[in-house]
Amino acid sequence: MSEQYVLETRNLVKEFKGFVAVNDVNLQIRQGDIHALIGPNGAGKTTVFNLLTKFLIPTRGQILYRGEDITPLKSAAIARKGIVRSFQISAVFPHMTALENIRVALQTAEGSSYSFWKSGHSLHKLNERCMELLESVGLAEFANTTTVELAYGRKRALELATTLAMEPQLLLLDEPTQGMGSEDVDRVVALVRKAAQGRTVLMVEHNLSVVSKLCDRITVLAQGAVLTEGDYQTVSADPRVREVYMGSDGSGERGAQAPNQENVEAAQ
Amino acid sequence: MNQTFNPASIHQAIVEQQKAQDRKKMIVNGVLLLLLMAAPFVMYPVFLMKILCFALFAVAFNLLFGFTGLLSFGHAAFLASGGYTTGYLLSNFSGLTTELGILAGTATATAMGLVFALLSIRRQGIYFAMVTLALAQLVFFFFVQSEFTGGEDGMHGIPRGELFGLINLEDNLNMYYFVLAVFIACYLLVQRIVSSPYGQILKAIKQNEPRAVSLGYNVDRYKILAFVISAALAGLAGSMKSVVFQLASLNDAHWHMSGEVILMTLVGGMGTLLGPVVGATFVVNVEYQLSQGPLRDWVDPILGGIFVLTVLAFRSGIVGELQKFMRKNLG
Repeated sequence: MSEQYVLETRNLVKEFKGFVAVNDVNLQIRQGDIHALIGPNGAGKTTVFNLLTKFLIPTRGQILYRGEDITPLKSAAIARKGIVRSFQISAVFPHMTALENIRVALQTAEGSSYSFWKSGHSLHKLNERCMELLESVGLAEFANTTTVELAYGRKRALELATTLAMEPQLLLLDEPTQGMGSEDVDRVVALVRKAAQGRTVLMVEHNLSVVSKLCDRITVLAQGAVLTEGDYQTVSADPRVREVYMGSDGSGERGAQAPNQENVEAAQ
Repeated sequence: MNQTFNPASIHQAIVEQQKAQDRKKMIVNGVLLLLLMAAPFVMYPVFLMKILCFALFAVAFNLLFGFTGLLSFGHAAFLASGGYTTGYLLSNFSGLTTELGILAGTATATAMGLVFALLSIRRQGIYFAMVTLALAQLVFFFFVQSEFTGGEDGMHGIPRGELFGLINLEDNLNMYYFVLAVFIACYLLVQRIVSSPYGQILKAIKQNEPRAVSLGYNVDRYKILAFVISAALAGLAGSMKSVVFQLASLNDAHWHMSGEVILMTLVGGMGTLLGPVVGATFVVNVEYQLSQGPLRDWVDPILGGIFVLTVLAFRSGIVGELQKFMRKNLG
């Protein structure tokens, strides 16, 4: 039964001293979907992400990847299985060039990452693949630029290219458009759509227009629990969603789209 | 999309750039080597060897601090355990040639480094520093209490012996060239490590550890390896120092020494290859010059002042500031 789902959680619970951040969450991510996880600030979206990738240890519950129980695995092992995450705050290696950023991801599979006696020139054979990936996100001309010098939107694009270099089966994107201007948002939407071909994507996203454009399926979290699930029409028509997500003051989508600065837990 | 560039030419440019950097490194290495080869004809060899030993110690420390981002506050333990092991073996087993004694000292420090790393590597930042300090204090206590170290008096009269049973190391010039050869080999090794595939991962871990984890790297193992290599080289520095001075003392195990190597690295420039060498040279010279003059009781406050000044005003250290200056003015 669970074979049709790439990723599944069963009764996932995370408690911090007396506070239940994630309460009995059952997620089912179908193969090939772009699946969104939405909800108001503090709903536990990023915590769920951290649980899935073991940056936090679940208090109870199970995580299954293609039917296999991966709950006991560590972060690095989960990444090597093909579940690769991005971060809410742009996660790049700031003092390496764009090309070197991607090369770090390629080195995982290349197998020389402990070879401290080898010359750095041995890495040049990975450069071609790096250039391809950079081109795919429109960054080829910045290959030799130190990453700190890139604009914010480009850093996010680089981060996505780095994640794709891992050839992930399941891509976990934590607010890929957070803090971006509208042109950058459009570009990221296009990139995510392209990246999702042949893959499954689970993304936390605040920008509902992005969600409506991209996502096949949406899970709404509120106060650590699943409120409802379905496609955009179903979810957006649900009065409970309107209530928790947009607040009772009726400030509407604008409030919901405001960048979320509160979820500092991602920084860990 | 932009049509004016072509990925192949960018790639070519990157390879060329790295080759140019390698050439520059070779030139710097060559000049440094020539200077060090000629140095004992102008300066007292034992003083030069002191500088080289501390420079190696600082280079080892910088591999961990500057290139991996781990601040160990217990590196004195490796310097001292290398020194005591070598001293003990060479003093008690006359059949042992010097290089074997030094190897044994290095091996001891390596093993101790592995134990330290396994116990401390999961801690972050200040907690990591505190665990390494605590472990180093345990080692210090062991050396104070043990009889073979000579306690407060230290271990005296360690024979320099003969290298490979052939070259008499009692001769200062022979000893100097041996120390120089070891130093150059270690310096080149660290240079290689930093630019190796492994060095790239260390860089990545230093700059963004969670991201490195999310890319599938088991970061603890990479850090442990860096820690062990660093401890090994620090132990080697201690072993050579005990042979050069024919003395191993508690000074080397004291936490002052762990602090001093931080000072050397910061003053010279952490995260640069040459920084720790320049820093060690600077600190050893300042200590020596001051101890000769009327300010001999003021060595510690003056070094402390230099430390504060470095941290406040010249954070990248002598070599780091110089590199910045050259980049700004020479393109």
